[in-house]
Amino acid sequence: MHPEHNSGKYIFGFWVYLMTDLIMFAALFAAFAALRISTFGGPTMKEIFDLPQIMIETLILLMSSFTCGLAMLAVFRGKKKLSFLWFGVTFILGLAFLILELSEFRHLINDGQSWTRSAFLSSYFALVGTHGLHIAVGLLWILVGLYQIKTRGLTPFISSKLVRFSLFWHFLDIVWIFIFTFVYLMGVAT
Amino acid sequence: MKKYTLGFVLSIILTLAAYFAVVDKFLSGFNLTLLIVALALVQLCVQLYFFLHLDAEEGPRWNLSALLATAGMILILVAGSIIIMNNLKYRHNVPDTKTILENEAITK
Repeated sequence: MHPEHNSGKYIFGFWVYLMTDLIMFAALFAAFAALRISTFGGPTMKEIFDLPQIMIETLILLMSSFTCGLAMLAVFRGKKKLSFLWFGVTFILGLAFLILELSEFRHLINDGQSWTRSAFLSSYFALVGTHGLHIAVGLLWILVGLYQIKTRGLTPFISSKLVRFSLFWHFLDIVWIFIFTFVYLMGVAT
Repeated sequence: MKKYTLGFVLSIILTLAAYFAVVDKFLSGFNLTLLIVALALVQLCVQLYFFLHLDAEEGPRWNLSALLATAGMILILVAGSIIIMNNLKYRHNVPDTKTILENEAITK
């Protein structure tokens, strides 16, 4: 198997998993769309969304998707050290994103605006929290990947695992673009 | 390398465009919503092409087929839920049946 191809039967199973994951996110998006104005006297979207911080989070995640792509290019060229470096950068950017998101959540919860406050906040935490959980799993996956690059090198087996990780990471970026648009931007705009 | 960089730059531009359209209020109401949704859909295509290399697939394009099937399911799931829930909300908020009958132009 040539790892450069994102197609083929080695990838298709994982691709189907990603598709089912998308359907789960779609259900959470639908719930959010139905409940976004059900604030039960609590805060509205305009009051709690800090758009500049969300923009920084978005740019960080976008950058990590880019560095993940660069890491994969290094993998395809068999450059072990370079791929290690770029995956490391991807990890740091992903971690920065997660820390910013958690600080946003902590800020909301400290103000008494947790998921128990209203149906809107429940659906908001469920949607954004599920994405954050995926990012956390992705970070764990990068650590395992880095360890395997270090100990076993860029064998076809390891490279094929890394291809799947990169698909996962790019997908999370796409899901975030939709959260950014449909939750944050539309929440402030309307 | 070139492809990733181009995809990255395009994504940044699209994200910033959507952000400033909202912050600086270039448009308002429905037009603004339409603009940012369009920008998100363009960015989806950009990332599928530049980052996920959907064009590089060979032979029977299973990945693309699965993606399109999923898109159909997502459309039904999301649009269907929104329509049903809005209809339910509308029917719960109306003060009396007379208003419903008038709104729906139902004559006895």
